[in-house]
Amino acid sequence: MTLSLKTPSRNALDARQGVRSRKTFHRRRTIINYLLLAPALLLSIVVVVVPGILTAVASFTDWDGLGFSANFVGTDNFTDIFNDPTFYTALGNNIKWVLLFLTIPVALGLLTASLLLRRKKTRTLYQVIYLMPYVLAPVVNAMVWLSIIYNPHGGVVGYLRDRGMSIEPPLANLDMSIYAVAGVDMWHYWGFLTVIYLGAMRQTPVEQVEAAMVEGANAFQIFRHVYLPNIRATLLLMGVMIVIFSFLAFDYVYLLTQGGPAHSSEVMGTYAYAFAFSSFQFGKAAAVGLIMSFFGLVASFVYTWLSRRDLSK
Amino acid sequence: MNTSSRKFNAISGHVVLVIFALIAILPLALVAINSVKNSADVTEDPLSLPTGFNFQNFIDAWSYGNFGLGFMNSLVLTATTVVVVLVLSSLAGYVLAGKKVRSWPVIMVYFTMAMTVPIQLFLFPLYSGFAQLGLLDNVPAVGVVLAAINMPFGVFMMRTFFLNVPAELEEAAFVDGVNTFQLIRHILFPVVRPGLITVGVIVGLNAWNEFLITSTFLQNSSTKTLTLGFLSMNGTFSTDLGVMMAGAMILIVPVLAIFIALQRYVVDGLASGSVKG
Repeated sequence: MTLSLKTPSRNALDARQGVRSRKTFHRRRTIINYLLLAPALLLSIVVVVVPGILTAVASFTDWDGLGFSANFVGTDNFTDIFNDPTFYTALGNNIKWVLLFLTIPVALGLLTASLLLRRKKTRTLYQVIYLMPYVLAPVVNAMVWLSIIYNPHGGVVGYLRDRGMSIEPPLANLDMSIYAVAGVDMWHYWGFLTVIYLGAMRQTPVEQVEAAMVEGANAFQIFRHVYLPNIRATLLLMGVMIVIFSFLAFDYVYLLTQGGPAHSSEVMGTYAYAFAFSSFQFGKAAAVGLIMSFFGLVASFVYTWLSRRDLSK
Repeated sequence: MNTSSRKFNAISGHVVLVIFALIAILPLALVAINSVKNSADVTEDPLSLPTGFNFQNFIDAWSYGNFGLGFMNSLVLTATTVVVVLVLSSLAGYVLAGKKVRSWPVIMVYFTMAMTVPIQLFLFPLYSGFAQLGLLDNVPAVGVVLAAINMPFGVFMMRTFFLNVPAELEEAAFVDGVNTFQLIRHILFPVVRPGLITVGVIVGLNAWNEFLITSTFLQNSSTKTLTLGFLSMNGTFSTDLGVMMAGAMILIVPVLAIFIALQRYVVDGLASGSVKG
């Protein structure tokens, strides 16, 4: 009798303790999980978010970047920038950059990727070759083109000129400089798209391709009606990425022309950089940075929205 | 389609692929042939094949570009970035893959936004802050900045790899009374090792090749990375093209060697589609 009374109460006690310990176990696990997440998140916030907010504040000041003293100047920086013809050259060049990159590398990437689809043996070799310029440093690529190709004294351009061809040094020409710079950047970039597109095309269900073949579709029809719809999401996502990075273009322009001659190849990235590190007008540099980011952020929202399906996997 | 036109298509396809391979490679081939020529021969005809082998170009480039120091600085920078990204992104990727915190969607959206934020949005105050703290010309500190910039990519990649870890494996380990750190070290790390290599090599290349942040933060001649050392040769040596090309070769060969050795990881990593241009 005593035994039977004792047993249920002990079970109840055990159960209660079990619930409590499971609760504390879960709470501890949650804390540990946040601790695991914290370093990556904190580092990103300290390096990206905090200075980003300061940029927004600084764009309304005459900050010189050297100390913490700055005067609030309202929207003067923005008025100055919007009254500066160079800003419109830079903006125009960024838009040209978007249009060039959305057409030429995308077309080359799609063409080569679709040709590589059925070449199982040589596929890897071609991808490695196409990626070579992509994995090299912008400094190296830019110096190679600057000194051995575009150089009128000793480069390929100089060689052709010596032999009577009337080509102008592309980087010194007001109308050509931006295209000459974009050409080098596209040369380094398009192979990346080949790899991306090929990776996406290979996800296409085999049955769809076989069905199209049975119905007698030719290679182009299969590409157009089977592969293209299947990689629509990738095409869109990469398109948005290209728009974002076209507004942020900096490396190749700065290395090849520094925005010259006579600002003809200026992009917003180099325009902002010159304000900060040539004339120490950090306030103005921040304002340009903010304007650039606006274009990038619009595209970035689109990107985040487009990739929401991947994120919720 | 008859067989002859099919054959024609196959051949024209190969021709197109070869032409694009040449476009990718020819500028690099020009570097190779001119790196062993005398400067006068380069200027005379950059397209001709070398007649001799001028090794002096490489010796000159190595000393003028301060490549010994540059290699050391680039190694310290890259190692810092890679280690920080690998450790922090695998911890975060593990938590996010298992949806172990309720706010995981917000954090994913945050990293997606962070991946596309322009450097110019935070560069100027960050530079000023580094100057105040006396961290300019501090190579490991700049490596940490590059780690922060590469963090979203690392987190997404590592999360994808952790998604492949079966939940039962983890549960079984917990039943056996394994703690979190033992779990990560002995059970999760082996499974996600390919992910670590992929992130390591792509982030490593990014850090090794970086220009905007490094050129702004590392101005002292003793802290210049390899690429910045090479860049400083331009101007002084832009007339001595043989030496310039030898310098370019010294930078190109190790990167291409590592890329070819690890190409499987690079191609797979890039094909996952979450890399900056």
